[in-house]
Order: sequence, then C-alpha cells, then structure tokens
Amino acid sequence: MTAPLRKTLRKHALALVTLLALAAAPFLGFGDGFALGLLARAMILGMAAVSLSLLVGGAGLVSLGHAATMGIGAYTVVAFDAAGISEGLIVFPAAITAAAAYALLTGAVSLRTSGVHFIMITLAFGQMAFFTTSSFSSLGGDDGYTLYARTEWLGTRILDSRLTFHFLCLSLLALVWVGGSLLLGSRFGRVLRAARENPQRALAVGFQPYPYRLVAYVMAGAVGGLAGALLANATEFVSPALLSWTRSGELLFMVILGGVGQLGGAILGALAIVLLEESLSHLLVYWRLVFGPLLVLSVLFLPDGLVGAPLRLRAAFRFASPKRRNADA
Amino acid sequence: MSMLLVQALNGLQFGVLLFLVAAGLSLVFGVMDLINLAHGVQYMLGAYVAATLGVWTGSFWLGALLALPVALLVGLALEWLVFRHLYRRDHLSQVLATFGVILTVEEATRALWGSAPQTVLEPSGLSGGPLGGVEIVAGLIYPTYRLVIIGVGIVVPLLLWFLVERTRAGMLVRAGATHPAMVSALGVDIRRLFTIVFAFGAMLAGFAGALASPIFPVAPGMGDTVLILCFVVIVIGGVGSIRGAFIAALLVGLLDSVGRAMLPDLLRLLLDPSSARQTGAALASMLVYIVMAAILFFRPAGLFPGGRSA
Amino acid sequence: MNRRSFLTTTAATATLAATGGFAFAPSIARAQNQAVKVAFVGTLSGPGAALGTHLRDGWLAGVTRLNNQLGGRAVETLVIDDELKPDVAVSKVRAALERDKVDFVVGVVFSNMLQAIVRPVTESNTFLITANAGPSTLAGKGCSPFLFSSAYQNDQPHATMGQAAQDLGYKRVFILVPNYQAGKDAVAGFRSRYKGEVVDEIYVPLSQLDFSTEVTKIAAAKPDAIFTFMPGALGVNLVRQYRQAGLANIPFLSTFTVDESTLPAQGEAALDFYTAATWAPNFDNPHSRRFVQEFEAAYGYVPSNFAAHAYDAAHMLDAAIRRTKGDVADKAALRTALEAGDFPSVRGALRLGPNHFPIQDFWLCKVAKRADGKFQTETVRKVLTADADSYAASCKMG
Repeated sequence: MTAPLRKTLRKHALALVTLLALAAAPFLGFGDGFALGLLARAMILGMAAVSLSLLVGGAGLVSLGHAATMGIGAYTVVAFDAAGISEGLIVFPAAITAAAAYALLTGAVSLRTSGVHFIMITLAFGQMAFFTTSSFSSLGGDDGYTLYARTEWLGTRILDSRLTFHFLCLSLLALVWVGGSLLLGSRFGRVLRAARENPQRALAVGFQPYPYRLVAYVMAGAVGGLAGALLANATEFVSPALLSWTRSGELLFMVILGGVGQLGGAILGALAIVLLEESLSHLLVYWRLVFGPLLVLSVLFLPDGLVGAPLRLRAAFRFASPKRRNADA
Repeated sequence: MSMLLVQALNGLQFGVLLFLVAAGLSLVFGVMDLINLAHGVQYMLGAYVAATLGVWTGSFWLGALLALPVALLVGLALEWLVFRHLYRRDHLSQVLATFGVILTVEEATRALWGSAPQTVLEPSGLSGGPLGGVEIVAGLIYPTYRLVIIGVGIVVPLLLWFLVERTRAGMLVRAGATHPAMVSALGVDIRRLFTIVFAFGAMLAGFAGALASPIFPVAPGMGDTVLILCFVVIVIGGVGSIRGAFIAALLVGLLDSVGRAMLPDLLRLLLDPSSARQTGAALASMLVYIVMAAILFFRPAGLFPGGRSA
Repeated sequence: MNRRSFLTTTAATATLAATGGFAFAPSIARAQNQAVKVAFVGTLSGPGAALGTHLRDGWLAGVTRLNNQLGGRAVETLVIDDELKPDVAVSKVRAALERDKVDFVVGVVFSNMLQAIVRPVTESNTFLITANAGPSTLAGKGCSPFLFSSAYQNDQPHATMGQAAQDLGYKRVFILVPNYQAGKDAVAGFRSRYKGEVVDEIYVPLSQLDFSTEVTKIAAAKPDAIFTFMPGALGVNLVRQYRQAGLANIPFLSTFTVDESTLPAQGEAALDFYTAATWAPNFDNPHSRRFVQEFEAAYGYVPSNFAAHAYDAAHMLDAAIRRTKGDVADKAALRTALEAGDFPSVRGALRLGPNHFPIQDFWLCKVAKRADGKFQTETVRKVLTADADSYAASCKMG
C-alpha cells in the first residue's frame, strides 16, 4: 500500500515540489502584483503545455497548432466581453466548448496523417485560426482587444484579487496535471501509448487508434481553451499574436525542455521558460545570447528534459566520485 | 489580363526565392532526417552579409557574391558546433536545439547590426537607367532585377537537378537518403557527405537571402516567415524531392501573390468594400495553408513522394 | 464603447477626487529627492524602427536641453521597444508600471500600440503623453484625464493633405494605406476635406514591404494623384518602387511617408514629393532653430516631426512639474498643470483642446535637397490655421 505510493511520490517529486513552491510563493516575497502576474502567466501556459504533453508524450502526436485552442478560449472571453457578458458560469464553459469543438473538427481531419505531416497540418489549421482572428475587426483585428473587466463569478468580481487568481490557476493546474496523469495510467492511456509505440501491433490486437487519439486531441483542446480563457483574464488583453505559430512552438518547447516522458515536465518547462525569459531580459539587453545556448545545451546534456535532470545529476556525481561515496558508506 | 501577368511574375519571383531556401531544408531533412528550424537563419545571414558588404564595397553585386562563401562558412561552423550532435536524436530534440540556435543567431544579429532594417544598395545597372526595367504593361515598368531573380531561380534548380541526378556525389546523396546504413557499409564517409550536403544547403539559403535583400526588409526575424513557408513547400512537394520542392515553391509563391491581389476584388462582388478588404486580406494569407491542408488530406505524402517520408 | 468610456471616466474621476484630498501625504517629501521615472515607449525594431529612433532621440534631446531635469527634478528614462506587437507592448508597459513604478509613460509611434497600452496606463492613474499617435477613439469618446498629446490627432495631417489636394484641383485620387487603425483614420481624414473622386482605396498589411502589386494597380488606374500614408520602411520601399516603376509623373501626396526619418534612405527618389506636417526643419523661430542645430550636432541627422513632438513632450512635462513644484504624486494638480499647456514649442504658439490634444496650424511641405547634400522637408504654405480635431466634441472627461 505504501510502497506504490512512495514510488509515485518519488516519480513526481520534482513536479510536486514545484506546485508546493508555487503555493508558497505569494508568502515568500513574490506577493506583489508584478510577481503574481508573472507566476499566473507561467501556470496558465503550464496548463496548456501539460495538455500538449498529453498529446506529445502520451499519444505521440506533435501538434504545432496548440496555441489556436488557447486563442479560441481567449477570443470567446473577448466575444462575450464585447457583448457585455462577463459571467464566468457562461464564459468559461463556452470557451472550453469552443476550443474542444475546434479540436474535434480539425482533429478529425489532422489525425488521418502522422509524423511530420501531422505537425504541418496542425500548423495549417493554427494559421487559419490566426488569420481568422486577425480579420475580426469588431474584436480589434490585428490590434487586439482590451477587456472591459475580468470575468465575474455569480456577479462577484473575485478574479480581481490577484491572490485569488493565483490560487485558482494553481488549483486548476494541479487538477489538469493529476487528471492527465490518471488518464495516461488508465486503459485509455495504455491504448494511446501502444498505438504510439507500435501502430501495427495495436491494430493487430484489434485497437483502432483513431477514436482514442481523437478523444485525447479534443480533451487537450478543451484544456487549451480553459488556459486561454484564464490567460485573457490574466493579461486583460487579447491579440491574434496569441494564436501565432511561434506561440504554438513555444508551448512545444516547454514540453520538450521539461521532458516528454512525464506530464509534470511540462509544468517545469513552462516555469523555466517564462521565469528565465523574464529574469534574463531584465538583467541583460541581449539576453537571448544566453537563453539560446541554454536551450541547445539542455538538449545536448539533458536528453530526458528537466524532469530527468536530478537522476542524471546523481548518476554523474556517482560516476565522478565513487571513492567518496564508498567512504561515506 | 496584363495585371494578372504582373502578379504572376511577382508570384514566380517569390516562389523561386522560396525554392532556394526550401531546397537546402528538404535535402537536409531527406538525407539526414534532421529538422533544422535554424535554416531560415542562413537566409537572414545571407541578406545581412550581402547588405553590409555591398555598402562596404560599394557594389551590390560584389556584396551578394561575397555572401556565398560567408554563408557556407557559417553553415559549416554551425554543423560542427551543434547539428552534428543531433543527427541521431529524435525530431523533438532537434526542434528545440535548432530553435535555440535561431534565438542565439538572431540576437547576435541584433547586437551587431541593431534592430532596425538595414539599408541595402540598389543592384546597380538593373534598377533605374536604361536597363532598369522592361515596360510590360503600358505605363508600368517591371524592374529588370526582379526578372533576373526569376532567371536565377530557373537556372539553379536545373543545376541542382543535374548535380543530384547525374553526378556521383548526387548518387551518394540519393542513396544516403534512402539507405544510409548501406551507403556507410560500402565505405562512404557518411559524416562527410552529411557535412557537404548541409553546407551546400546553407549556401543556397544564404544566396536566396542575398538576392532578396533589395526587395524585402533586411531585419532580424526575416528568416522566420520564410522558414515556415518553406516547411509548407517541402511538405506539399514531398520530403526530399527537389522536383517536388520546385513545383510546390512556385505554387506557394503564385497562390500568395495572386491571392493577395485578386481575392479582395473578387469578394467585393459579394460583400461591401470594407469587409471585402478585411476578409479578402485574411483569406489571401490563409490560402496557402488551406491548400496545404487539402493536399495533405488527399495525398498525405505530398505531390511527389521521394526520399524518406519521415 | 459607451460602457468602456463610462468605466474609465468614473474610475478616473473617483481616484482624482481621492488623491486630490491627500495632496500632501508625508511620502511626497521623500519622493521629491528621487528621480522622476519616465517610461519611453517606441517602436525600435522592425520596419518602423527609424520612427521610434527619431521619437526617442527627440525625447532625449529635450531632456538634455533641460539639463536632465523635469521641473527641477532629476529624470530617469526607461526605454521600451514595443516591437510593433501589441501583446509585447502591453506586457512590457505593465512591467514598467508594476515593477519599475514609473511616474509617466511617454512616446508611442503607432496608434495600435497606443490603443493596446492606454488602459493599463491610465487605469493605474499614470499620465500618458503621446508624442505621435493620436487615434480618433482616444481623442473622442475614449479620451482620458490621464492622456495628453504633444503631437496631433491622426486625422489632421491627412485632412490637411485632403484640403491641399482639393486646392490643387485634382479630380481623381488613388488611396493606398496600411491596414490598421491609423491607416483607416488617414483615409477618413483625407476624405473629410477632399471632395473629388477616389478611384480606389487599397489597404495593405502593416508588415508589407513589397509594393509591386499595388504599383501595378496604380499604373493601371492612371489617377491625377495618389494619396498615401506609409510610415517608416514601408514608405522607403514604396517611394523607391514608385519612382522605379516610372510613376513619378503622377503627383505623390503623402503623410508620414516622406519625412526626415525616411529621407536618408529615399534620397533623390523622394525629391518634390509632398507631405503634410505641423512643423518642418526650416521653421523660422529661435526655439526651433536651436532644436535643429543641437539635434543635428548630437545625433548626426536631420530631426523629423516625430523628434520635434517628443522634444515638445519633454518641455510639456517640464512646465507641468515646475507648476506643481516638483510634486508628481498629486495627480489632480498635475492634470491641471498639464492642461495649462503653457510650454515653449518648436511650433510656436500652441494650446491644448478639451480632449488634451493640441490646437495648431498645419502645413503643406515638399522634399528638398539642402546645400549640405542632406534631404529635408520644407514648408510650401500654411493649409489649416489653428485647427482643432473634430472628435474633441464627443470627449467627456470628468
């Protein structure tokens, strides 16, 4: 009973510690408006990255159009805002449904391809969504749209408190992570993984991977929509840039940097990228001269991503100083 | 009708530039199975070097010519430093690492040259003056330089085709693309082959950048838009296929310029002018992607499946 | 739209009333010794980079002229590049407000950047001085007690050109502008005073630099003149390609397309092309002459309208802070001081309208080559006198 629990805890230690640190951050000197805003952005992008990681790591589906689901979630908030509706019980379900519907439509087509072609077809749909939003002149077009107010819940403006918003994002992030991990561990997840590792065998055993993949794609889209609706609330400004392919790329980089093998990696990746960008750009003018090489080095020396780093470091340490370890023992 | 001709010429010219970049990308992808996002950086560097050396030597042509060896050297250096270590890695690692390279090189460009677009000398002799243009529509002179680009864009693919299909080196490249282990077992130094292909692709992209420098803004990030269109080109054309890349590049170039010119006018028949403009512009930008999605849906391996289908 | 302006206005009046009551909080005395922090926001990368550079150097030249002080207090400028991306502008400006706690935000080249940042800035009760962009919405219904302009409302230079086209007797005009708010404002402004036929109106993406398609269309339409608004590198390429295509015999009426920020790159290609402006380097008043001379000595190029308006913005803030005796925390007093608008301008006499936008003269200018080989715009004649923008009437601020 306790052994599997301990094993699970150890496996997810890094992600758990990160979530605890995020919960404690407001009381450890990161409680001012700016820091909370930054952390909120990191957590929201983390949520989107976890959902993408479900596709990439779980189902082997590398989507380069995931930002579109975030953008659709955000633009749903915008469309309701322009119509004068900001009740969360209407806006949030609508944002999630819209993004899921987009995922269902595009997924039904995209999932007929695989590999690089899947990457490119998701990119194509993402670009179509991008140009569509930039042609909505009533919602600001290319110039973007500033929200009148954050979303209300039953008429109360609780999201205006940054601390409330922080913990809302944190709990949703934890929920998405735990839910996604449970899903991957279930029979459903095993079918997805089997289809990724050996499509022929999965077919031979009698599994048609297509419907499983489509369900996973729609679920990831729904979480993307949720993240988008939150992001619109965090920045109170939405522009088509949110849907650009570079943003999709960024989400993908978060997943890869964190480590494709575990969903928790996406959280680490998102935090690392957002916080590194922020702190480096504050310290240095040409900060990407440091950030770029860091990414390259992470690929060369951390093949399992950030989640694999502690294990790798431990292994390297053991290898470097076997004698001292013996002495200690 | 003559309007359409000019638009078609513009489309061709954009198409051949896309081909020059996409050819290298497709070769590297087809032969080494490496997704190199940083290929657009070579295009940008080609333009920067041509612009700077052009101003420095006082001749655009000299600058463009000198850009070739510089692009080649940068390509070799990057291959040696980074890409060489990525050949055996999965696509995702390649994507992240080459993205890191983009960030680094673009930031270095910004640090060296600044964020503002560079001034580029006019290609002397071919802009203004008696040889400056050809009057193809009454009252409109089409610049000779743009015709030269189209000409170059037709000669280079022919040369490439000859190199790949009719020479020993080309044969090795083709063989390396489909059966790398076999070629290696036959005693061919596959590493060196890779390096040569890579550097050659880098040089082509740099050449495209140099050619494009008088027409498009020479600024950091100029490679990113081209890069994504080049991926569209190689996926439509079929990964690893030079012929496919050429046809797909022309298709993308034509769709882009003709769509940009015609769609708003066509939509005006259906919508009021201001929304026709807005929707037309959005649709024109989308056109390339709609076509790509359709092609992938009906022919998942592209128009000319060749090499590896990854 | 109504709800937005209502919310902003009520919120702003409420805070103004509240802060007005605590004019001498104890923290002010300590704040007096600290430098006044100003965030300069401009487009310093991409096709519009030259404009942002002019705007920034104009601001810095103004601050230098004032001995690095505004109203007697030391000043510290934080330069922000909005990269012409609204999302980047918003996040950087938010960081400046929340992390760096700036007292003022100045600058802004492009209207869409101003529209993206205006609410984050004014809702945090920080004064925003635009030294260039002046979209119609912000001069009218969306005006704010915290928003001031040292430049003009977008429509005005274009209306000046419309009036000039009307005066010159052109019957058929072809219009070519970028597809964003200021482009649409340009068309509206030009058409407000031009009554002839508009052969075609073309909108191009703001990032477009290849005009071969559009040049072809102009040649086919054979208009009496073209009217265009193509800031920065867009203008450089358009002018070059226009001249290359042999269309220079069709009069080129423009706004912000041929000016000192683009002329070094356009050179001879822009010679004799028209533009409309509030100021030109050949203005003959002592303040303006000193500005041009000092600016050229410091930065090595001829200043444009952008530089002049930013230079004036520094003097505008200087005069206001001097009036409040160095107090930048008392927002109500600062607002009254800014509204007085009694600062020395390179444009000569100037006053602010009820929407905080200047009321001033507008000129038709033409590109000329100076004796030293540099290019500059020179005044041809005054087109509009003491012109107020048409949106001021719909501005209701508390």
